[in-house]
Amino acid sequence: MSGIIADPTDSCTPAQEIPADLSGQMLELDEDDDLEVFSKDTTLTDGSFFNASMPTSPASMINQYKFEEEADDKDIFITVDNPESHVTAIETFITYRVLTKTTRSEFDSCEYEVRRRYQDFLWLKGRLEEAHPTLIVHPLPEKFVVKGMVERFNDDFIETRRKALHKFLNRVADHPILSCSEDFKVFLTAQAWELTSHKKQGPGFLSRMGETVRAVAATVRGVKNRPEEFTAIQEYVDTFSQKITSLDKVTQRILKEQKEYLDELKEYGPVYTLWSGSEEELVEPLKGVASCIERCCREKEEQISHLSETLVPSLHEYVLCAETLKSVLRRRDNIQADYEAKNDMLANKKTDREVEYKDLGFVFGSFLGKNPEEAKQQRQQRLDGEIEELKEEIDKLEDKVECANNALKVDWARWQKNMSGDIRGAFLSTAEKNIDYYEKCLAVWESFLLSQRSEHSVEGTREQQTAKDACPQDT
Amino acid sequence: MADCDSEEIAVIGNTDLTAAELENNKNNTMAEAGTTLLRRMEISVAEAEKRTGKNAVNMQETYTVYLVETRPIDAAEGQNPAPDSLWRRYSEFELLRNYLLVTYPFIVVPPLPEKRAEFVWHKLSADNMDPDFVERRRAGLENFLLRVASHPILSNDKIFHHFLAEEHGWKEAVFETGFQAKADSRLKALNATFRVKNPDKRFTELKHYSDELQSVTSQLLRVRARVADRLYGVYKVHGNYGRVFSEWSAIEKEMGDGLQSAGHHMDAYATSVDDILEEEEHYADQLKEYLFYAEALRAVCRKHELMQYELETAAQDLASKKQQREELATGTIRTFSLKGMTSKLFGQETPEQREAKLSVLEEQIAEGEELVKEKNAECEEYVKNAWVDIERFKEQKDRDLKEALISYAIMQISVCKKGIQVWTNAKECFSKM
Repeated sequence: MSGIIADPTDSCTPAQEIPADLSGQMLELDEDDDLEVFSKDTTLTDGSFFNASMPTSPASMINQYKFEEEADDKDIFITVDNPESHVTAIETFITYRVLTKTTRSEFDSCEYEVRRRYQDFLWLKGRLEEAHPTLIVHPLPEKFVVKGMVERFNDDFIETRRKALHKFLNRVADHPILSCSEDFKVFLTAQAWELTSHKKQGPGFLSRMGETVRAVAATVRGVKNRPEEFTAIQEYVDTFSQKITSLDKVTQRILKEQKEYLDELKEYGPVYTLWSGSEEELVEPLKGVASCIERCCREKEEQISHLSETLVPSLHEYVLCAETLKSVLRRRDNIQADYEAKNDMLANKKTDREVEYKDLGFVFGSFLGKNPEEAKQQRQQRLDGEIEELKEEIDKLEDKVECANNALKVDWARWQKNMSGDIRGAFLSTAEKNIDYYEKCLAVWESFLLSQRSEHSVEGTREQQTAKDACPQDT
Repeated sequence: MADCDSEEIAVIGNTDLTAAELENNKNNTMAEAGTTLLRRMEISVAEAEKRTGKNAVNMQETYTVYLVETRPIDAAEGQNPAPDSLWRRYSEFELLRNYLLVTYPFIVVPPLPEKRAEFVWHKLSADNMDPDFVERRRAGLENFLLRVASHPILSNDKIFHHFLAEEHGWKEAVFETGFQAKADSRLKALNATFRVKNPDKRFTELKHYSDELQSVTSQLLRVRARVADRLYGVYKVHGNYGRVFSEWSAIEKEMGDGLQSAGHHMDAYATSVDDILEEEEHYADQLKEYLFYAEALRAVCRKHELMQYELETAAQDLASKKQQREELATGTIRTFSLKGMTSKLFGQETPEQREAKLSVLEEQIAEGEELVKEKNAECEEYVKNAWVDIERFKEQKDRDLKEALISYAIMQISVCKKGIQVWTNAKECFSKM
């Protein structure tokens, strides 16, 4: 593996930090009006890659599930950067560069560079959720922000989105199951047209319709015997969702108040400067205060930037996570509801069978003019067949429910760990920045005080000073 | 600013002053001021109380009275005499000040605290009956008395002593001085527009300065109030973290404790702003005092202008009278006058008439010369005295405002230290989540 290993858990490496040996093979962008911008694969054949023994079947994965200490055995690094605007006849959109460096054996090469747009990310997320309905997939940034941003392509918006996309891919890469997804691999490695054709494969429209219909039906039906632990999770998620939404709002409000405070502060310092213009003895202290206020303004600006780049997006991410969790729980419920429904059907069929045995159905058969014995046998055979079919289906569904539950249980623990790490990190960082802000302001005022007091050999509190004021003496 | 909530040391000079001492007082510089401020008395405005009573138009009104306490410092050993005290209304303070303004026009008379609350930021009440406002006014009134009592000239005034000593009959005593008449004319003069031919450059500059000082301090007070408002918002919103953290901690197992305790620190942070802004009000009061001082300074300049103008007018009158005499004596009419015209038209006056006019003019000229001499002397005296007090005021202002700025810096330092502490505590709680 050559070049810098970018650490995707931090803010990503901007374009300028691409190592020199790559620059010769930089993207050649074909800008054709009607086509998406192509990117050339910068495939470096390095030759050195080792076999990471990754189990490939999801089923076996579940059984071997264990937490990975991600920092130590990370074998895939992804960065999302370099947003570029593309204008076609029909639309304008942004693509992001997705750079992957990996030693995993299922990848043909060690490094990939592709360009993806938001729609592609949406597609990937959808595919992952389809394949693993009860795994918790990290949320994508929203399609558009309703309040605050008017323009989709505002710089701040693009940067916020870029960071969120970066996080999304890295979370998928960190996930023991999701990162093995074929769709994920294609997303990271395929050229634009390859991706388009790959997207067209997969379950057709009709089968997707069927699934949706079943899902709706299941929602209507509802689940009857939800296991206690999932009810507990549901209750947690409901409260968590409320609280995290509140925190998101509070933080946005703090940001707003800080900005308004800064606006007023910016007007404040200059008045002291203005005043110093008409004074003689007081020029130094007045200018000093003005300069202190100005420096505090700069520190406040940094504090505000930090808040909007760290805590605000983190909390917002988890507002979206809460929705993801609700969907995951719903899907799990639906899978169980499906299974329960089939079980009910089986019970009905068995009852029908019972009825047959008790010979109660023969009346209808004789109406239809069939031989009563024959008709009865036919019915019995039919029912038996249906019952067998149902039993097979139910077995499969039972497996499905068990898999879904296990997957969710393990992923739930994993999610909680991630969540507490993320939230803790975001608040810690904010607290540190606030401490830094106050420390810098403190230094500013203390140095002013020092400069004033060195002229004035007076020490002391305000009380001593006011006593002196009452009986002024030469100092 | 000489304010604090405990009793303050101030001085009332000897009530019986000799002329020499009076002279001495007037000529005092800063250094000598220390010796005239005899540490004879403590003065304080200790309390405020609400009263109701009938006013001048026989209507019920509620007003506040303030308890003025005085106590001699040099009490005998072991004795702790009770202070003398009496109650005064704000309007009586105003009366005292108006009297001083009129009686000592060459002095920059200390201002009273504002009549109505201005430059308030939203949390502060603009209501005159609001206890915080009353408290700050109490402190301001005390400060006013201390300023007067520490002034080399004002501290010796009898009416001022009377104000501190006897509750009843004081108002009558003030009016007996006949200051009201002077007050009316002063007010008229201050508001009048007139042009001075040879303005004193120093006074012109000083007036200009007082205008600038007024303008800049009021601007500063306005902006400061807005900044305070915003700061309040920032701190208070953090209180919401406390509430939500606490609610959230109920559903978390590992994170619960950290969240809960972090929440407490957020609450503490939110409430800390109340003290911070209350302290800043003291700073605002210091600025306000000098906003009002600027007005007093301006008044001194205006009074000088008026005197100058009167002097110039008197001199002008004298000059024209002299001119008339000359014309009358030599028979040449250089200046146009109706009399001159009519006499040309209707014949010359008789020598007797001319003699009569001449002697009247001579009288007027003599009076005029006396007047000019008087006015000149007055002006000179005024300028001399005014500049003494102006110098004193300048030094006081520089000292006070520098001190105010330093105490502002100290306040900011304290705010930063509190902030560091709260967020350090919060950080620890977060790290335990």
